[in-house]
Amino acid sequence: MRLVVPLQGVVQGRGGLILGSLIPCALYYFLQFYLKRRRSPPPPPPSSPRSPSTSSANLADLPRSSSRLSLSTRGSIGRVHVSARAGSIAKPNTSPYYIGLDRVRGDPYDPVQNPGGIIQLGLAENRLTLDLIEEWLSKHMNEAVLLGGVDGGLSISGIAPYQPSDGLMELKVVMAGFMTQVMGGTVSFNPSQLVLTCGATPAVEILSFCLADQGNAFLVPTPYYPGFDRDIKFRTGVELIPVHCRSSENFVPSIAALDQAFNQAKKRGQKVRGILITNPSNPVGNLLSREILYNLLDFARERNIHIISDEIYAGSVYGDEEFVSMAEILDSEDFDKDRVHIVYGVSKDLSLPGFRVGVIYSFNEYVLASSKKLARFSSISAPTQRILVSLLSDSGFVQEYLQTNKQRIRRLHDLFVLGLEQLGIESTKSSAGFYCWVNMSRLISPYNEKGELELWEKLLDIAKINVTPGSACHCIEPGWFRCCFTTLDDTDVGVVVDRIRNIVETCKSPA
Amino acid sequence: MKKDQESTPSSTSTGGGATTAMRVIVPLQGVVQGRGGLILGSVIPCALFYFFQLYLKRNRSKGGSGENSPPPPPARSPSGTHLQESSPLQRVQSRSLLSPRGGGSSGPAPLLASRADSIAKQADGPYYVGLKRVSEDPYDGSSNPDGVIQLGLAENRLSLDLVQEWLAENAKESILGQDMSISGIATYQPFDGLMELKVAVAGFMSQVMDKSVSFNPSQIVLTAGATPAIEILSFCLADPGNAFLVPSPYYPDLDRDVKWRTGVEIIPIPCRSADNFCLSTTALDRTFNQARKRGLKVRGIIISNPSNPVGNLFNRETLYSLLDFATEKNIHLISNEILAGSTHGSEDFVSLAEIIDAEDFDRTRVHIVYGLSKDLSLPGFRVGVIYTFNENVLAAAKKLARFSSISAPSQRLLISMLADTKFIHLFMKNNRERLERMYNAFVTGLKQLGIECMKSNGGFYCWMDMSGLIRSYNEKGELELWDKLLTVGKVNVTPGSSCHCIEPGWFRLCFTTLSEKDIPVVMDRIRKVSEICKSRS
Repeated sequence: MRLVVPLQGVVQGRGGLILGSLIPCALYYFLQFYLKRRRSPPPPPPSSPRSPSTSSANLADLPRSSSRLSLSTRGSIGRVHVSARAGSIAKPNTSPYYIGLDRVRGDPYDPVQNPGGIIQLGLAENRLTLDLIEEWLSKHMNEAVLLGGVDGGLSISGIAPYQPSDGLMELKVVMAGFMTQVMGGTVSFNPSQLVLTCGATPAVEILSFCLADQGNAFLVPTPYYPGFDRDIKFRTGVELIPVHCRSSENFVPSIAALDQAFNQAKKRGQKVRGILITNPSNPVGNLLSREILYNLLDFARERNIHIISDEIYAGSVYGDEEFVSMAEILDSEDFDKDRVHIVYGVSKDLSLPGFRVGVIYSFNEYVLASSKKLARFSSISAPTQRILVSLLSDSGFVQEYLQTNKQRIRRLHDLFVLGLEQLGIESTKSSAGFYCWVNMSRLISPYNEKGELELWEKLLDIAKINVTPGSACHCIEPGWFRCCFTTLDDTDVGVVVDRIRNIVETCKSPA
Repeated sequence: MKKDQESTPSSTSTGGGATTAMRVIVPLQGVVQGRGGLILGSVIPCALFYFFQLYLKRNRSKGGSGENSPPPPPARSPSGTHLQESSPLQRVQSRSLLSPRGGGSSGPAPLLASRADSIAKQADGPYYVGLKRVSEDPYDGSSNPDGVIQLGLAENRLSLDLVQEWLAENAKESILGQDMSISGIATYQPFDGLMELKVAVAGFMSQVMDKSVSFNPSQIVLTAGATPAIEILSFCLADPGNAFLVPSPYYPDLDRDVKWRTGVEIIPIPCRSADNFCLSTTALDRTFNQARKRGLKVRGIIISNPSNPVGNLFNRETLYSLLDFATEKNIHLISNEILAGSTHGSEDFVSLAEIIDAEDFDRTRVHIVYGLSKDLSLPGFRVGVIYTFNENVLAAAKKLARFSSISAPSQRLLISMLADTKFIHLFMKNNRERLERMYNAFVTGLKQLGIECMKSNGGFYCWMDMSGLIRSYNEKGELELWDKLLTVGKVNVTPGSSCHCIEPGWFRLCFTTLSEKDIPVVMDRIRKVSEICKSRS
């Protein structure tokens, strides 16, 4: 029958009883006092109170002189407040990822017009197969935009008026088909489980809004795509907890590391609501094996958390490895599907980031219901939807495109990797994506983030190539860089290798 | 000295002759006056603190599942004994959670964000119920003559033929350009819109506003519709728990657009029919002060001009007064001018941008929302505009536009369309004429049924007074009539209560999705309902 008083846990020992009672009382007193002071000078009524019912009390009748008076005194008070969150968003971004992108925008390389400009290796964009898309569009554009009518006639009503904000059903159907085709026909997608958004960026954000509350967190295996920090944290207030993967394990996430991160978060009092994986991974370019996917699902089930699988590069697999979608795993076994959500889009696999088309594929009806409603903030323009409906319905074209695209990525990848190997720079084995994950740790000194960023700066300033340093991807080992090669052609690769060679030589000579 | 005399008896009774100057002040004394004040004022906060602590403890240690009586909080000591005490308890719990999972194939449902839950489960008001009913059973003169007629959607189809004509001729060239270039549409473009489109939209806006003001393209952020434009502004101007004042009636979607994800509140400023639903100073002032008393921080005022659903315009004087008010209180002013080009009366539309141009106000508090959904009849294109004079807001909005970018093909299409000044001029002129004709036809038709409309100068709707037809003069009566109109009359109108109108019996009727031959049908249906209502009373 010990006496328990407030704050006893804090003020242990002898004086505990008294202090534990006094402190809260004092706090309360000051709180009250504070409130009183803030409230007590009642806002002076701006003008003599009028009867509210009189119809003549329009704003127009407000004597302008009085308000002008107050205006002049206010003039010195200064600026109107913006929200705290806007303040932090508006700040210039200090991540080298964004600095690099900005620098290229100011001075882009062009072999003829600006041969001394910066070569872009930091933007995951694929221009290798745009010629096929261009050809198709120039043939079919007019019909594609305006053939929205039910009867196949020329129709404005399919594009001009309000359309469902989560995407046209026609586009969902062909998109589901396209996803199946991309994933090798091994799994079928249900169009009614799709929500279409203007890009994968809002798709990820909407899922974050739906799955986690402010202050909750997602576990994200590192290195991860640098944009996630913006996409998820800007507005949702959700935190990302990096789960470190290492080169010795080929940067594959381990359950032990996930477990550790989960427990640490829990100890800090943070609620973990899910795992966010990218498969094929960005920036490494490797694929998650069937076994790892099973383990991840088991882990998520055990902890009762969600899995978001970003599979936006599913169709850009060029290696020998087989890509396995999370959807396929779910299809084959009796997992509870409610916790799995897939993100997709046409920005990478169809090389159409300018179209802004993203996909949420979820098995959870609540998530679907709220995502559909939130899609009103991120709808796709109807003409674009019509164009895509036609384009994706042309399955012959899509087949040819996917095949050609894979071949071209592979060819350029091999060329690029070979060029780097001649300089003695190794890359991890990758099977997908638009990039190599390059190990330049030999070239950095000191062996830490500072050394890495110095090398990055040297590459940007002296060699004039913009790559993404591993630290921007939260990679725990210094010296890794992501190089996107799909905006280049064969001759550009030569230029890039030459430019890197210069740096390699300057790095080696002092050492 | 009156105060002292009053307080003396109470202090003598408790303190036993203490002087008034040396009174003991305890927490909460203001609340628990009188005899027991001293004791209660000390005990209550202690007790509150105790329970607060207990609550925190329980929530943390047991993960929210506390069905047993709370155990006494163990003394928190740095030694290891505490850890040993609590960890087996946790493990047992997690086991018990695990075991049903092992047996069945489906475990407990993964938790969702509470904000998503509320969005998913939110009951739809009559505005959304009506829209849904129409989409299930839409009226068509020939194929479904008994269907529900849509009068609830603010969409203009009166001049779509002109747009269609233009598109049929120009779609291909405008999307791919003269030299058939793919790189302008396929690759990444600036998230806040192409500069070319910003220039074109700025020109279009000043054309719409009769050249009275010019807009600076570099102050524009383009978004996928006016909906995200408003949401982005809410994110930028207010933090969760802050509030905007909005004159009511206001359009029903605003609640979703502002409140859902931002956590910002809307406080309606009631406007009355006696004032022609114009904003009154007293109401504005009173609402502001009431909000402050409740401890809410008001961060701005959102107006729609031309107003939706009433259709009236803010005059110059009112805009000045609003700006004065905003300056005095140091808050923002958001003006939604998306219907600026859809005016049809004799009155002049005055943009807030024009006022700012003319006089020396602090511009950084003014933000204008625009879009091409209404004035160009292209809601499907999803093009919205934020026009702001505030650099911080501009910088943040540009970054947030990555979540609401416009598709590049549509941007290219619009650049060409807006550059075709001859077409735009023709379109605007025809569209205004058609709007005016439809509006007049509807007002006359309704008048014949004995239904008066508020005088309006802009927008796609009539704001009609059906208070004579409702049985009980309150929201219930209004919704009964709305239901009757929907189920018996088969017309979907928006009840005033969905627009937070303070007076019952008002309805918004959008007429721009109809053609002239539909008017008699609508009038017949409304007549039928009004006769039923009258015969009962």
